[in-house]
Amino acid sequence: MAQTGILQDKDRIFTNLYGLQDWGLEGAKKRGAWNSTKDILSCGRDWIITNMKNSGMRGRGGAGFNTGLKWSFMPKEVKDRPHYLVVNADESEPGTCKDREIMRHDPQLLIEGCLIASFAMQAHACYIYLRGEYVQERERMEAAVKQAYEAKLIGKNNIHGWDFDVYIHHGAGAYICGEETALLESLEGKKGQPRLKPPFPAGSGLYGCPTTVNNVESIAAVGTILRRGAEWFTSFGAPNNAGTKLFCISGHVERPCNIEEAMSIPFRQLIEAHCGGIRGGWGNLKAVIPGGSSVPMITAEQCEDLPMDFDSLRNLKSGLGTAAVIVMDKSTDLIRAIARLSYFYKHESCGQCTPCREGTGWMWRVMERMVKGDADPAEIDTLLEVTTQVEGHTICALGDAAAWPIQGLIRHFRHEIEDRITLYRSSKSNFAGHSVAAE
Amino acid sequence: MSVRRLAKEQPASFTFSAETLEKANWWIAKYPESRRQSAVIPILWLVQKQEGWVSEPAITAIAKLLAMPQIRVFEVATFYTMFMLEPVGSAALIQVCGTTPCMLRGSDALMHVCKSKIGAKDKLSADGKFTWQEVECLGACTNAPMAQINDYYYEDLTPENLAQIIDDFAAGKSPKPGPYNGRHTSEPLGGVTSLTDPALYDGSAAKPVKIPNFPAPEVKA
Repeated sequence: MAQTGILQDKDRIFTNLYGLQDWGLEGAKKRGAWNSTKDILSCGRDWIITNMKNSGMRGRGGAGFNTGLKWSFMPKEVKDRPHYLVVNADESEPGTCKDREIMRHDPQLLIEGCLIASFAMQAHACYIYLRGEYVQERERMEAAVKQAYEAKLIGKNNIHGWDFDVYIHHGAGAYICGEETALLESLEGKKGQPRLKPPFPAGSGLYGCPTTVNNVESIAAVGTILRRGAEWFTSFGAPNNAGTKLFCISGHVERPCNIEEAMSIPFRQLIEAHCGGIRGGWGNLKAVIPGGSSVPMITAEQCEDLPMDFDSLRNLKSGLGTAAVIVMDKSTDLIRAIARLSYFYKHESCGQCTPCREGTGWMWRVMERMVKGDADPAEIDTLLEVTTQVEGHTICALGDAAAWPIQGLIRHFRHEIEDRITLYRSSKSNFAGHSVAAE
Repeated sequence: MSVRRLAKEQPASFTFSAETLEKANWWIAKYPESRRQSAVIPILWLVQKQEGWVSEPAITAIAKLLAMPQIRVFEVATFYTMFMLEPVGSAALIQVCGTTPCMLRGSDALMHVCKSKIGAKDKLSADGKFTWQEVECLGACTNAPMAQINDYYYEDLTPENLAQIIDDFAAGKSPKPGPYNGRHTSEPLGGVTSLTDPALYDGSAAKPVKIPNFPAPEVKA
């Protein structure tokens, strides 16, 4: 039986999560980074990929695809084009702030993971793409990379015997660049507009070369997973949801924080052990967005005995996403909370696909009217219908991400929208029916 | 999408400072020789650091430096929202995060402070010292509400904190970034609930380890 519940300190990967220790190379080594990395590489690429697959690590960037399996899609032989590893550090999903802590407090774990992953995929160069706003994190990463070069841990003729360069790159404020192909476009110095797939990055990615894009947390965990063994990692969490995970808990809890916990930890335990509970007590909980703004919300009732993992949340028609838990208590105007997210997606749509470019704006405008109640009850179904026309009809998942929060709201709190409309109408003496178009 | 256009009033010329040019070349060296264009975002950012904003002559100069068509630099400068296409406050550019996690923790009140102390959003203040904006999620949600001021994050803010910070910038001081409610970073306020085991930090994790599942040496046929 896999363990769930509170993790022991000895089983935490990110031992400097809060920056209370030295972030530098010496401090990181003392905490176990770069320990026996050469032995890991000596096991060979197939061993590394097999063990990563066996660890059951599902990508920590939101989609939850098996990391080792993703690596195995890279070509087995390097032909005329070099291979690249690109680390997605464009952390922009509302609610999510975990990669930031890794980069500014445990950067050596990330650099070590980059070396191991690049070796496994025969890449000699790795780009780490940080969001532009993370200036402090970028300065820290540059300093950490410099330390690693000076210690000959990476670079030409390094002590690990695999020539390897790490380059820090940054964006300039575009959520869409967290989508892997948009990120590659941006890294090539273009607008961040997602590419059609196929070809997938493993076939044709950065500069048209085979590329794998991984999330910071996925890569930073690689060294520790291989040092302690795939079985150690799978000993946490429910089957198919292995490992430990950084949770970012924001919103209406007593003490918002980032915390590394075992996967499948019950929601209530997570909140009560680390965040001091829901503001105003457990009974004051109204709804939770459990995996970053893109996933549909769930209700307080669904949060009783809820294991926080990919499969449990998918069964509730939501998702674990990036494990960014946004908690909303009974004082929350849920319609406004979701309308604000609709504005976010409208603002961040790259404008490439019509359903998303036009749909996100349309949905936001209707949501703004629903916040006031200035709508017709029949429009709730129209809105729902439009979300399904945006969802799945765009190149990337931003269209889906814009649709799902609204679907979650209507699924669970349709009555609140209807009440709002009734209230609005009752305040008008002569309501002559609704005629305002979204445009 | 947001509509972003270049400022109506543009300076006559732009010159890279020696420092900017040196850093620009350092960025260009990070990419394969035939892929200089990759450096366009970092160089636009350097130019913004030098001038405070991105002007049309600067875009032309960057296009020349990177040997890329001017329209491609123009596209990038208008696509990415961190590039300021008009002059901003000389003392501080204040970007308050307004997305839902910050909204739930009181970003409305922060924006109210900005409005009353500085003026309308997205407009240079009358004294030319401040510009404030509402921006989308800055990725510090457990430290909400927060704002990015110039380069750094000011977190766990109250309206009173922010008012004081604005006064400090106006007085030419540089207030300290980071959380303003007494915590170190993103740990639970009042004390950590994890990472207290001294064995994590005594160096025992650096002792040689035997890699589990170490492959058996290959037997040569």
